[in-house]
Amino acid sequence: MSEHNIGITPSTSRKTRPDWLAALVLVLSQAFTTGLAEAADEYVAVSVADPYLEMRTGPGRGYPKFHVVDRGETVDILTRKTDWFKVRAPDGKEGWVDRNQMELTLQPGGQEIEFAQSDQEDFTDARWEAGILAGDFGGANIISLYGGYSLNPNVSIEVWGSQILGNFSNGWMGSVNLTHETWPEWRISPFFTMGTGVIHTEPKSTIIQGEDRTDQVAHVGAGFRFYVSRRFIFRAEYKSYVVFTSRDENEEVEEWKAGFAFFF
Amino acid sequence: MESRFRVLFLVVAMIALSGCANGFLGLGKKKSAPPPAEAPDPEQVIDPQVERRTIKEPAIDAEDFEVGAFVGIMSIEDFGSDFVYGARLAYHITEGFFMEATVGQTEAGLTSFEVLSGGAPILSDRDFTYYNLNLGYNILPGEVFIGESRAYNTNLYLTAGLGSTRFAGDDRFTINVGAGYRFLLNDSVALHLDFRDHLFDIDLLGEEKTVHNLEGHLGVTVFF
Repeated sequence: MSEHNIGITPSTSRKTRPDWLAALVLVLSQAFTTGLAEAADEYVAVSVADPYLEMRTGPGRGYPKFHVVDRGETVDILTRKTDWFKVRAPDGKEGWVDRNQMELTLQPGGQEIEFAQSDQEDFTDARWEAGILAGDFGGANIISLYGGYSLNPNVSIEVWGSQILGNFSNGWMGSVNLTHETWPEWRISPFFTMGTGVIHTEPKSTIIQGEDRTDQVAHVGAGFRFYVSRRFIFRAEYKSYVVFTSRDENEEVEEWKAGFAFFF
Repeated sequence: MESRFRVLFLVVAMIALSGCANGFLGLGKKKSAPPPAEAPDPEQVIDPQVERRTIKEPAIDAEDFEVGAFVGIMSIEDFGSDFVYGARLAYHITEGFFMEATVGQTEAGLTSFEVLSGGAPILSDRDFTYYNLNLGYNILPGEVFIGESRAYNTNLYLTAGLGSTRFAGDDRFTINVGAGYRFLLNDSVALHLDFRDHLFDIDLLGEEKTVHNLEGHLGVTVFF
């Protein structure tokens, strides 16, 4: 059972007569719970080292505290949502505890636990990053999705997929690039990047017949990542592309875009 | 004489600078590096049995991703309303913010002109498909109570984002704004009620204009 109990009576043995809405919701939640029941009975157990541990009814700052667990008692950690942990107290009550309080608990052997947190240090050290950026690509709109992996604090490799939506043509672009951050520990961390990829262009049907084209591109660029808070990054960048067309001249396209990313 | 002083100063300056540099370089590392292992103190009587270690990130099941499907009704400006269905993937970054990707499909009906004139249809391909990438914020988290002893967590959230719509033979840059209500049946399953407005420019009916395409849908998602 995952919905918390407000009363003292455990929900499974309650005797109140539910109305039809309650019955419907109950059936639904039971059906899904059994359907998705996990075999995990081995939860991580920690003991409370602070004077007390406050349990809330939901995973958020505003939810009311409805129970406290005293120092020395052991709680099981059932699941985690962002920075909130669902724990089960010795008396069976289940509630949500935030990460700052969980850090003050100890493992059975007396060891401290460090939960994956998200602060500026992780901004520098986190391995994975993903984000959404949008902007201007040579006069057309561009929407991009990217994922990155840090090889070390300075260098990371990124894979991008973009859709280009213009007045005269549409298309997509896929690219791979390396970025180098000179000062990864700075809150506003500038980077340089270069990479290569493929661009596909489809002229719009209303324009005089044009051909679909797929060309190779290469780019260099620069930008910055700004650590906002928690796992959030604001990212803005400029890239200069060279499209290796099959015609006599290569095409040059400038791209500006900005967006949000997060690390994990 | 003067040059000898100069050499002397240079030597002093170099030594001082190299010292500083070492100090600077060492500064960052000193914090994280453990203190140098000390030789066992012969006078220490009690040998601590438990070595205090910091254990990183025990295996706790994190449920920050949400995946699901939805059905509803979507109104395409000038083209009537029809059923819409689609899928959603979300990642919860903090208790407030989440990122979301949705795809959906509906079909364009007949314009009033097509109905009244009974003439040839304006469009041969009437599929309307969209995707969008949104940022969402849980603006009003809360609880609802059903009966005396059941409480369910809920969220009222706002979303906004960008995407593309394929309609009338073209991909169109689309922005969308909306609001939704998430009702958590338990920690893993949620019901959604969502309203979105998809805006894009289109010149299909003569003049270029920005159209509003309103969508309302009900969905089910699973956290994992």
